[in-house]
Amino acid sequence: MNYTYYPGCSLSGSAMEYDVSTRAVFERLGITLTEIDDWNCCGATAAEAVSSLLGSALGARNLALAESMDPSSDILVPCSACYLNLKKVEMERREDPELAKNLDTILGEEDLAINNPPRVRHLLDVLVNDITADTLLQKTTRPLTGLRVVPYYGCQCLRPYAVFDDPEAPTSMDGLLRACGAEVVEWEMGARCCGASNMSTKPETAKKLVQKILMDARGADAIATVCPMCQLNLEGFQKAISRDAGTDLSISVLYLPQLIGLALGLDQGEVKLDKNLALMPGFMEKLLGFDIVIPH
Amino acid sequence: MDELLQLKTMLNPCIQCGTCTASCPNEVDMDLVPRKLWRMVLMDRHEAIFDSRTFILCSSCYLCTLRCPRGLPLTAAMARLKAIAAKRDLAKYRKSTRFYKSFMESVRRHGRVREGEFMGLYFLAMKNPLLPLSFASLGIQLMKKNKVAFELPAKPGIGNLDRLFKKVAEIEEAL
Ligand code: SF4
Ligand code: SF4
Repeated sequence: MNYTYYPGCSLSGSAMEYDVSTRAVFERLGITLTEIDDWNCCGATAAEAVSSLLGSALGARNLALAESMDPSSDILVPCSACYLNLKKVEMERREDPELAKNLDTILGEEDLAINNPPRVRHLLDVLVNDITADTLLQKTTRPLTGLRVVPYYGCQCLRPYAVFDDPEAPTSMDGLLRACGAEVVEWEMGARCCGASNMSTKPETAKKLVQKILMDARGADAIATVCPMCQLNLEGFQKAISRDAGTDLSISVLYLPQLIGLALGLDQGEVKLDKNLALMPGFMEKLLGFDIVIPH
Repeated sequence: MDELLQLKTMLNPCIQCGTCTASCPNEVDMDLVPRKLWRMVLMDRHEAIFDSRTFILCSSCYLCTLRCPRGLPLTAAMARLKAIAAKRDLAKYRKSTRFYKSFMESVRRHGRVREGEFMGLYFLAMKNPLLPLSFASLGIQLMKKNKVAFELPAKPGIGNLDRLFKKVAEIEEAL
């Protein structure tokens, strides 16, 4: 198996542990990821808020590059915002000939074109449907027994396109986490919004959303995420939010492939645990129990 | 006004059922609930729209879009209003619109956003000496982990998307 890989900007910077752990997991599974040459930013939530055509053009350029590399290899995207931006172009240019024509004109400037672009897939979709929980179960050499995890999906890998899960009551992470030996804790907040870039521009509003999520996660050892924006909002503001809430809401937050990597026998450096902003002592102790050396 | 007319056409099938309002996680902080905002668009109440903080609070969760019984692209509609506010550089929305614009400026220059440069451009655009303080706590956490570095804004270099940005602007002007 082979995928064309779109890391996106966050994974090259503030979410580098998401990138490193994703690559490490796929390597361990014997699957090749080929990074798109010269990929560009997907526009995040900023492009559409400036110009919708600009947002589409940024996504389209990446599709065209991926198609020119290998039209038959799906594009694997770990970041949910990147995923949605690329997916949107894949879907919208099919339904809107006017848009398709404008995109052709724009791409033509660089002698690029989209004819029959590869499918855009979220990392979680690929893990669940291509890799499958059964394979993970077979390959798990270090079961995370007794680790209580709440799966957090956020929004943009689920909505508006319901591709691989129920867009309001998702369950796709459950089987994967169980295959890793972890215990999935039931909760209500898996598909709720983390506030996204409001955390920068309207922090008072965004903090309320994160507070609700952290409140409901109490009792678990860790939150598993599949998006850099969600990860940062959940891990980066716990002190301030605990202060607002008048109760300690600190909890470990990890990217899903970090947890999967540990279960597959990778060491903490290979999944870059030293880069996480929120890893709690109780969680670390459990890792020690699995013979995982703790980062400092 | 053209863009608002387009938006009005897009929202014309709205039956004012309020499902969008009931779905919105940010509704508590909005002055006009989403259903009312769409009503203002349909009634050409432009001052009311750009007097409201509703659309700038949208965090693109897509719940309203998913649930609207008329299948209206409501998240995209919120983004359209943000884009109009950005284009007009309306003072009320600058904290958000300049954030988006600074992000896109870094993308234009390098093809990819440089997180350090983007924040630098944003602080410059806002000219508010206190603003960096509100980002300090997260910034320090990320710098300690060697995940972002403060970067001075750099001239467009390899990978810049000048041509793409220009062509997009040309097409938009012709629309
Ligand atoms: S959910 Fe759709 S139809 Fe109902 S009020 Fe909102 S926009 Fe109108
Ligand atoms: S997409 Fe925006 S307006 Fe719609 S429910 Fe989510 S936050 Fe509210």
